[in-house]
Amino acid sequence: MHRTGELFGQYQTLEQQKDSATLGMWIFIATEILFFGGLFLTYTVNRRYYFTAFGVGGNMLDLALGTANTAVLIASSFTMAMSVWCAQTTRKKFLPLFLILTMALGCVFLGIKYVEYKQKFDHHLIPGHSFDITYAVNHPAPGTSPKQLASEREEIENGFAADPYLNAHAQLYFSLYFGMTGLHALHMIVGVGLLLWLLRESLKGRFTASYNTPVEIVGLYWHFVDIVWIYLFALLYLINRHLGS
Amino acid sequence: MSEHVVSPKIYVVILLALLLGTFLTVAAALQDFGRWNIVIALAIATGKATLVILYFMHARYMRGRTQLVIIAAFFWLAIMLSLTLTDYTTRAPQPRGPSTQLISQAHFIPS
Repeated sequence: MHRTGELFGQYQTLEQQKDSATLGMWIFIATEILFFGGLFLTYTVNRRYYFTAFGVGGNMLDLALGTANTAVLIASSFTMAMSVWCAQTTRKKFLPLFLILTMALGCVFLGIKYVEYKQKFDHHLIPGHSFDITYAVNHPAPGTSPKQLASEREEIENGFAADPYLNAHAQLYFSLYFGMTGLHALHMIVGVGLLLWLLRESLKGRFTASYNTPVEIVGLYWHFVDIVWIYLFALLYLINRHLGS
Repeated sequence: MSEHVVSPKIYVVILLALLLGTFLTVAAALQDFGRWNIVIALAIATGKATLVILYFMHARYMRGRTQLVIIAAFFWLAIMLSLTLTDYTTRAPQPRGPSTQLISQAHFIPS
């Protein structure tokens, strides 16, 4: 472990040493792309077969919360990029600040995700014995406009007309929803852990213009997780939205 | 060291572009473009991902060898997606019946 950025024997220059670290991280990210890629592929194949159920399922997600989360995560990627800049230019006071901001935005993301999961739980949308795609329209929240409710009800009725096994196929959608967003959230939690470590080290003043590899590498990881969310948001939340409105 | 330091100005521009992309993709999702909805959503997502990779992840300023790994990663992903889908898209439709335990108690309470 190069803990202070000294040159190791197998490298000729510090620059080469850092390039190797970056290259290694990108190879790891390549495996992660294929890891998530398998899930995206599963989603695509099932969506093609059960497009009615996946459309109905997608419309049950909260678009406002999903959009807010996308904005939060993009903002956290920006503060992470600023952290890297602070390290590269030896701004030792600002680096911890941007790391804390990044971590805070990451936690806001996870908090909003919790609210969404709780909502799905309350609406009986957890795959399994008590899954019921009709629960939300049969038990509307007080204050739901009758017009909104009628359109939601009509959508599910049309769904059952097109696919009698809507309730079963919607469980496929929600299994993939929880699997993919859950795996993504797990990556976020790991990222927050890495940021905590960076924060501790940055408070010791370890990262400077001549040694900032860990900040850069964690940055790559964080941005990768952001990219995964950009696609999750598009595929899970945005397709077939117009059907419900 | 000769590493490339990207200025915060560029980061701010990219941030604004990403937020604009998010706004556009949500606005587009609420319109009915038929089968183009999914194409638009994925095109905007790919545009956003490209900006993140090129600027936030500094891919634009990396050595050619690292850029090759990045391109290879997406190339492998493309192989997995395209070859699997050439199989699935040319098969007969999937039987639609589920196992009986999945047809649970979903039913409408008449309004």
